[in-house]
Amino acid sequence: MADGAIPAVAVTGAVKRYGAREVVSNVSLNLAAGESLALLGHNGAGKTTLIKLMLGITRGDAGEIRIRGVRPDKRAFAGLRRRVGFLPENVVFHDTMTGRETLSFYARLKGEPATAVDALLDRVGLGEARERRVRTYSKGMRQRLGLAQALLGDPVVLFLDEPTTGLDPALRRRFYEIIAERQSLGTAVLLSSHALGEVEARIDRMAIMKNGRLVACGTLDELRRATARPVRVRVSVVPGKARAVVDGLGGGGEIRTVDDTVVELDCAQRDKMRVLHRLAGLDGLVRDIDIAPPGIEEIYVHFTEGAGPR
Amino acid sequence: MKILLTLAGKEIRDGLRNRWIAGAVVVLAGLALTLAFLGSTPVGTVKASPLSISVASLSSLTVYLMPLIALILAYDALVGEIERGTMLLLLAYPVARWQVIAGKFIGHAAILVLAVVLGYGIAGAVVVTAAGGDTRDLGAYLAMVANSALLGAAFVALGYLVSALTRERSAAAGVALGLWVFMVVLYDLALLGVLVADKGQTIDQRLFVGLLLASPTDAYRIVSLVGSDAVAAVGGLAGIATRVGLGPGLPLAVMAAWVVLPLGAAMAVFQKKEL
Repeated sequence: MADGAIPAVAVTGAVKRYGAREVVSNVSLNLAAGESLALLGHNGAGKTTLIKLMLGITRGDAGEIRIRGVRPDKRAFAGLRRRVGFLPENVVFHDTMTGRETLSFYARLKGEPATAVDALLDRVGLGEARERRVRTYSKGMRQRLGLAQALLGDPVVLFLDEPTTGLDPALRRRFYEIIAERQSLGTAVLLSSHALGEVEARIDRMAIMKNGRLVACGTLDELRRATARPVRVRVSVVPGKARAVVDGLGGGGEIRTVDDTVVELDCAQRDKMRVLHRLAGLDGLVRDIDIAPPGIEEIYVHFTEGAGPR
Repeated sequence: MKILLTLAGKEIRDGLRNRWIAGAVVVLAGLALTLAFLGSTPVGTVKASPLSISVASLSSLTVYLMPLIALILAYDALVGEIERGTMLLLLAYPVARWQVIAGKFIGHAAILVLAVVLGYGIAGAVVVTAAGGDTRDLGAYLAMVANSALLGAAFVALGYLVSALTRERSAAAGVALGLWVFMVVLYDLALLGVLVADKGQTIDQRLFVGLLLASPTDAYRIVSLVGSDAVAAVGGLAGIATRVGLGPGLPLAVMAAWVVLPLGAAMAVFQKKEL
């Protein structure tokens, strides 16, 4: 975390209203250089509006947003804008231009040399298709061209709105590789997503939005603890010994006998080690143990459908 | 400046790629030639030069066609990009909103100039050749070409204002069409109607010329007509203005104002627009 003193993105009490409707309500979050954050939430939760606020395209009604210490809706931000990358949701380009012309156009707007264009096209795997018109591109190719333009100008912050929709698994992996590469160079990455499973292992922190409010923000572990969701322990037992295992556990959570070879137990996070000790003591009865902490889906559902704000 | 040229260059390339410019050239040249050869028959051996006849017929055509071409080019410049989603990305770049409009304007104006110069240039060359190299009134013809481009620029600016004010492309198209009907057809009709009803009681010649000048299309007619005496005789309503002894300076200034003011208004509206 270089530049630790100034966060790459600092949002404090941001509010945005469209008429009487509050689309972003008192949202605060920070993002350090080299860090990644996934913005999760249903459609209409305010993710895109929050990104527009951070880009300075829309002006907020209250609160303060700073990108590298500069407010993005101010004139002073113009210089820093060259170092901000943005990939809008469902990115659209002009059909009559080739991939290369498109990227050259955006490179000129950012004051980037033309030499950067070919290298970037190769990097996202569009080297072969560079002279073809965008009209002929598949959804995945357009999305890659979108990523390429976002990477122009050695960005200090990347805003990616639903970046992996329409990408097949291989492209998706390549996509996250490139993002990880940028992170290692100190770029702060903020991406919004529906695809919970894919961000789980690849993103440092998650922020969950609901009706314009930020209902949770933290690492997966932090969120997991905050939900107080039980850990599910699945025990494979020697056939016919299920009863004995249940007795041996002696309570400590909700225990179910699935069949005569499997016993399931939901226990609180803090009780987990005690339960495992007991199971270890039941030598000869237990064949295998699976421990499933609550997944991101479960955490997401907890925050978006459950209690509401912290 | 580099930003403006980049934005303008993209519009010009778009115009060339989607055959917009080619189409406009064909339409303009085709109509100009048709008029020139239809118009040449009755002239016979009258002393008016073939080019001055062309100026008269072409400027009365241009006054309808040019605003339409310009509005078609401009009405979705902003609202269309907003609707397609390309505007959001553009504004995330180091591009100010006024630059978006200024850049597009340079591009679209260049497209119109190209179309008019090529279209009317081809027609003019054919007319001169057919008349055995009679280049009398060439100056008036060239002035008419330049003036036509200026008229186009005014309606491009008006188109941007429509585009900045509307929320949907379809609404912008409707408003642009209404604007065209009003500015090109209804305004003159209304003026005539008022004149007839008034019977010369409150509207004197001075006020009438003022009302004529207020419209960019009438200002265009006046500028085109004062260039040539032969033309003034066939110039219709605006011919009156030339008889008042009006030079081309004031109507040109009016047309320039019709470029600058709507453009500035479009910038101001777009600056405040919520995306």
